Amino acid sequence: MQPRQLTLSDTRRIFSVSQLVNDVKFQLETNFRDFWVKGEISNLRTPPSGHIYFTLKDASAQIQAVCFRMQARYLKFQPEDGMELLARGSVSMYPPRGQVQLIVEHLEPVGSGALQLAFEQLKKRLGKDGLFDQSRKKDLPLLPSKIGIVTSPTGAAVQDILRVLQRRNDRLDVLIFPATVQGAGASQEISAGIRFLDTQTEVDTIILARGGGSTEDLWAFNEEQVARTIFQSGKPVISAVGHETDFTIADFVADIRAATPSAAAELVSGARKELFNRVGHLTQRSSQAIQLIVKRKQHRLRQLTASRGFVNAETRLRIFLQRLDELSSRLTKALPLFLVALQAELATQSTELGRQASLHLKSNQQRVQSAAQRLQAYSPVAVLERGYAIVTTLNGVIVRDSSQVADGDTLDVQLARGRLRAKKESDHGV
Amino acid sequence: MEFKDFEKGLSRLEHIVGELEKGDLALEKALQLFEEGIKISKLCSSKLEEAERKVEILLRNEEGQLVQSPFEASKGKGAEE
Repeated sequence: MQPRQLTLSDTRRIFSVSQLVNDVKFQLETNFRDFWVKGEISNLRTPPSGHIYFTLKDASAQIQAVCFRMQARYLKFQPEDGMELLARGSVSMYPPRGQVQLIVEHLEPVGSGALQLAFEQLKKRLGKDGLFDQSRKKDLPLLPSKIGIVTSPTGAAVQDILRVLQRRNDRLDVLIFPATVQGAGASQEISAGIRFLDTQTEVDTIILARGGGSTEDLWAFNEEQVARTIFQSGKPVISAVGHETDFTIADFVADIRAATPSAAAELVSGARKELFNRVGHLTQRSSQAIQLIVKRKQHRLRQLTASRGFVNAETRLRIFLQRLDELSSRLTKALPLFLVALQAELATQSTELGRQASLHLKSNQQRVQSAAQRLQAYSPVAVLERGYAIVTTLNGVIVRDSSQVADGDTLDVQLARGRLRAKKESDHGV
Repeated sequence: MEFKDFEKGLSRLEHIVGELEKGDLALEKALQLFEEGIKISKLCSSKLEEAERKVEILLRNEEGQLVQSPFEASKGKGAEE
């Protein structure tokens, strides 16, 4: 072997570092593409860039790994140190550091399913953030007037809801925000729907509805974005996702969880009839109460008119009756049909009151009259007292003329005290 | 009274009935309350009766804005989507 000489025509292959690294990089990328590797995560870093860096290792080796933001977005769960994972990806090299690294496209936990793990992780985290707090739950309005539904317009859920509303003959308005409820973009559409309906002033309750399906089908309702949007909604949100046995994160965050879309419809539509009865009952009670009050006042009024201060009270009575009249007519105007009976009753009572008052007046007048009559009857007594007498025939005719009486007739003489029998003897002439 | 004030109306009505049932009000005041109560009762009742169910769906128009359009519930059972 000849000693090598460095000449311009040197046949040895000499790389620049860049060439070498890039060559290796190319080889690696060509030969290690799209495979699965199993290992444990350590030294996990999640900088604000959104990329995830970690070391994947087993008992005797390790490799640097990165999952870029674009792929990390689609991870259902959060990688954690110590987690046993299956990673799908390819090998590459980072030229500035000459470092071989695993470019991760997808991660799956080993053991429990990725979705199950993701569900548990998110539930734990949101719980810690207070999204499930009972104190933050909003009540449904007593009488919902317009329901916003975020759902697939072609799904069974919306049909179920409308059918229940139809059956219960409820007059709720319904506004449907059509959304894809599974697959790519579903959680964004569902969130957009909640946010939009929340801005609609007439909408007072929001229902998230979706028929049954597999865990994967219902997955959008386990997404953090949907959970946070539900939490931020100013209007109560009812989650009605899947069947009774399906629980989603949305169910935990929602103000009310309905087992099914039909159950959600039952929840928002039940109140009307009951409220109708309640209003009717209250109205009845108020009319009974006012009747009682009026009766009591009338009773007091009667006591008043029967008392000695009546003359004085008479004026008050008139004013009172007038007021009663006036109030009665106002009452009539205010009265709904179903209280016409009460109004009639009031009218009768007013009439009765008037009748009694006028009877009372009349009896007083009579008293005055009879007193006056008696007074008149007594007035001649005063005259007799002065020495006059009243002479009458036996049949009571007052004798004013002597020719009225024949000789021998018996006469009756009334004195101031006592009376005499007298007999006419003759005329004396006048 | 606005529809959303239904709850306020109802609790006012409850309050009025309570006052009337105490029975110690002046007649004028009692009738005033009664009148108010009847008015609320009528409004509440009409609120419970008046509405007609309207089912609408939001659709995007040409400008990309969401507009409310009548929703025709398809007769057939929709796909479990």
